[in-house]
Amino acid sequence: MLEAFFNNIELQIMLVGAMVGTASSMVGTFLVLRGNSMLSDAISHSIVLGIVVVWMLTHHQSGPVQLIGAALTGLLTVFLTELLASSKRMKQDAAIGLVFPALFSIGVLLLNVYAHDVHIDTHTVLLGEIGFVWLDTVSVLGYHIPQAVVSMTIMLTLNLAFIGLFFKELKLSTFDPALAKALGFAPGLMFYALLMLTSSTAVAAFDAVGAVLFIAFAIVPPAAAYLLTDRLWLMLVLGAVISTAASVSGYFIAVHWDVSIGGMMAVMTGVFLLLAFIAGPRYGVVSQRLRRQRARGLADSRESALY
Amino acid sequence: MSWLSILGDYTFQNVVMGAALLGIISGALGSFAVLRGQSLLGDAISHAALPGVCLGFIVAGSRNMGSIMVGAMITGGLAALLMLALTRLSRLKTDAALGTCLSLFFAIGVVLLTYIQGTDNASQGGLDAFLFGQAAATLRSDVWFMGGITLVALTVLAALWKQAKLVTFDAEFARTLGMPVTLIDVMLTTMITLAVVVGLQMVGVVLMAAMVVAPAVAARQWSRHLGGMVVIAAGVGVISGITGATISTLGRGLATGPLIVLSASAIVLVSLAVAPGRGILWESLRLVRQRWALHKNQILYVLYQTRLEQEEHERSPWLSRSAFTAFALYRLKRQGLLTATRPEAAAGKPARQWRLTPKGVREAKQVTAMFNAA
Amino acid sequence: MDSAVKVKHLTVSYHNKPVLWDVNLDVPAGVMAGIVGPNGAGKSTFIKSLLGLVPPLSGSVSFHGRSYKAQRKRIGYVPQRSSVDWDFPTTVLDVVMMGLYGRLGWIKRPGRRERQEAFDALDMVAMQDFADRQISQLSGGQQQRVFLARALVQQADIYFLDEPMAGVDATTERAIIDILRRLRDAGKTLIVVHHDLQTVTSYFDWLLILNVQVVASGPAKEVFTGEHLKRAYGGQIALLDESHRFAGGVADKEAAPTADDPAATQDPSFTASSFKTPPFTAIERAK
Repeated sequence: MLEAFFNNIELQIMLVGAMVGTASSMVGTFLVLRGNSMLSDAISHSIVLGIVVVWMLTHHQSGPVQLIGAALTGLLTVFLTELLASSKRMKQDAAIGLVFPALFSIGVLLLNVYAHDVHIDTHTVLLGEIGFVWLDTVSVLGYHIPQAVVSMTIMLTLNLAFIGLFFKELKLSTFDPALAKALGFAPGLMFYALLMLTSSTAVAAFDAVGAVLFIAFAIVPPAAAYLLTDRLWLMLVLGAVISTAASVSGYFIAVHWDVSIGGMMAVMTGVFLLLAFIAGPRYGVVSQRLRRQRARGLADSRESALY
Repeated sequence: MSWLSILGDYTFQNVVMGAALLGIISGALGSFAVLRGQSLLGDAISHAALPGVCLGFIVAGSRNMGSIMVGAMITGGLAALLMLALTRLSRLKTDAALGTCLSLFFAIGVVLLTYIQGTDNASQGGLDAFLFGQAAATLRSDVWFMGGITLVALTVLAALWKQAKLVTFDAEFARTLGMPVTLIDVMLTTMITLAVVVGLQMVGVVLMAAMVVAPAVAARQWSRHLGGMVVIAAGVGVISGITGATISTLGRGLATGPLIVLSASAIVLVSLAVAPGRGILWESLRLVRQRWALHKNQILYVLYQTRLEQEEHERSPWLSRSAFTAFALYRLKRQGLLTATRPEAAAGKPARQWRLTPKGVREAKQVTAMFNAA
Repeated sequence: MDSAVKVKHLTVSYHNKPVLWDVNLDVPAGVMAGIVGPNGAGKSTFIKSLLGLVPPLSGSVSFHGRSYKAQRKRIGYVPQRSSVDWDFPTTVLDVVMMGLYGRLGWIKRPGRRERQEAFDALDMVAMQDFADRQISQLSGGQQQRVFLARALVQQADIYFLDEPMAGVDATTERAIIDILRRLRDAGKTLIVVHHDLQTVTSYFDWLLILNVQVVASGPAKEVFTGEHLKRAYGGQIALLDESHRFAGGVADKEAAPTADDPAATQDPSFTASSFKTPPFTAIERAK
């Protein structure tokens, strides 16, 4: 059965998509709730610099060295952003808008210079090549497993373990950082750990979906889930479900129209978000409107009952 | 190539003019975006321009700058509209709405890009350039188009200057004056879309965020007035645009966008560090001095109080615990404001007792008086 | 008497401006203490710096004679209601259980026992019917009760409350005061930032009047005088005059309303940098 799976390219691509989506939306959920969604934008862009620099130093294009290098670049981005913002010269969003383009620019220029030697080009950096993940395999227990599946398995496990272990701490630090600090839970440390995982996930997902589409996987499913539920754990579960559904449906549509698979998967996350936005049970536009009408109708009937 | 022959080069002239136009429009409009706390709106809108670029290409059937720019304007505007809808009509916050619009529209753009590649259109080669910009490919007709847009944007801005200023500063108050705040909001956002469109050719959709933010942040350091800030931001934009475009043209193979962005970032760094009055270097020096002064004052104040109250000075842990305090005491002693004595009576507790010298008393009196009068 | 909170020479600065200047304080155990002072007097900053949320420039703080870190489990904190995002996807019961996280420590999850304790706390604030409610559906007063319940489950000895009565309805205010009194009677120490001068003497038995510096501290009946309030509130004295009458005629003649000064009534955002009266008896004696 495993044999059949590793010969099935379709399944492999969808699996990678679902894993990227699930792993990113796990960390993305907390970014959305903290109001730091755009940090995923900043991190996913600036890790390009990290990837190029690590490649120049070690000639590793993937693997643990890359994950650590990326995590450090992500932290550098956030650190620089907070440094600029804490200088009180600009708001945090302006600081984000300054830091990541600069780091990303350096990365792109280095790529320009070393373009002949390195296998990643600027196009891949932005868009990824999820359709080709099955070409790059490693041998595990005699099976040829796509590299992306291996690295995403690691990141998914790490993210799930982190959130599973520190669910309570993450919840408190996100909801009420002051109380978390007063109780001795180091909310700042939790935040940076979360951002390190975000960066590493972005790198692991990089070959598959590139920098910009990573944002779609990290932010859109949690945003859609946030419109559907009032429970944190359910929000995490729904984020994973939406990611998986988007990966599967996106794959088939992309193949049908012969367009970018990663792009179509990201578009599908957006379709689910719009569905939740319009038709969500409690916070959807339609149900809000209906409730308001019903309330008005009730008030009217009360009034008529009065007279 | 000598400098003169570069200046005479037709392509180079196009590049410089284009870069200058981008600098003017993004600097001027970016000032408003940054002051309104919408720094990343430019980022979202520019990413959202990608599907418009592709649609413009599909409709025109070739790399026609006019239809591409119109397409970019339309999808950029749609993204801004969707963002507004998401924040107003749902419980999503601004940051999530921004990230959503940015990544979704870009994803649609990617899908369209691959669709065009699938159609084997011979002239599609230039589309990738819109990701990072390719200044060298700028045609004179493109420059005319960019110039026209810039002119329109600046004219509108000049005509509605007062209103834009007030809405940026205090939207609530503007509303009480009966100003069409929403309309002006929409207008300012539309004009950021225009700036993004001008930047397509030069820096590409991915890095436009920096062109909206960087010149404005740099200019904010040098001017306290909106007018001055807008002019300086435009100037910073022009300088970084021309610098980046020139390097890119000279060193073949380097993308223009990153070079322009890095030029702008360098100007921001310098401005942040040394701008008169607001420079971080001066500020941090001042801050350290002020903290010292405050701490010194507190020590004098406390010692003066205890003296007044005729109490034996308690060996408060406060006066010995932190290195900061210890150093402050040492400095005060050096300045001749304090003396330290070691009382023999306190056996086993050789903590120092600090007393004010007559000079110290005078200073402490001043501190106390200053504090009470302040 | 055992002092619950002892503060020595606490100074907190924001850039060059002292937000708190050389605060010395000794709160005895088992009192219900109020902290009052004009806007910008540093009341919230004071509480936050005691709990290590704002770094002080200098000074030392001890709780029952030991540092905050050592006493963390004995201290409860109720922040201002507006300090959190009430759209956060969680339930009332869950928020209350957060108060037990400190006791649980890292990684350990709340279990049945914690749920029961949280239910009991909700019962105390008459909110048990709301246990499964999403927090965004609560009214301001209900949010405040939930926060109070969260502090109750901590079973602390010292409680800090930041404006618990701000923006709540009269019923909730009475309920909150009731619970606080019961806690005090059980030997706990309560330190409450309060904004309503009219109710000061009826609510609190101990008082700190703060305006960057300590204007006065001690038993509420002794400290709540027109003279002290005039020093703390300066130009806002016109507002205060009314509260004096409510406070039981402690107003003295010197604190007569400066009603012809329109700025006095128009400027409610009276800031620390503009206080005018010398608040130091020691210095006056010296002259």
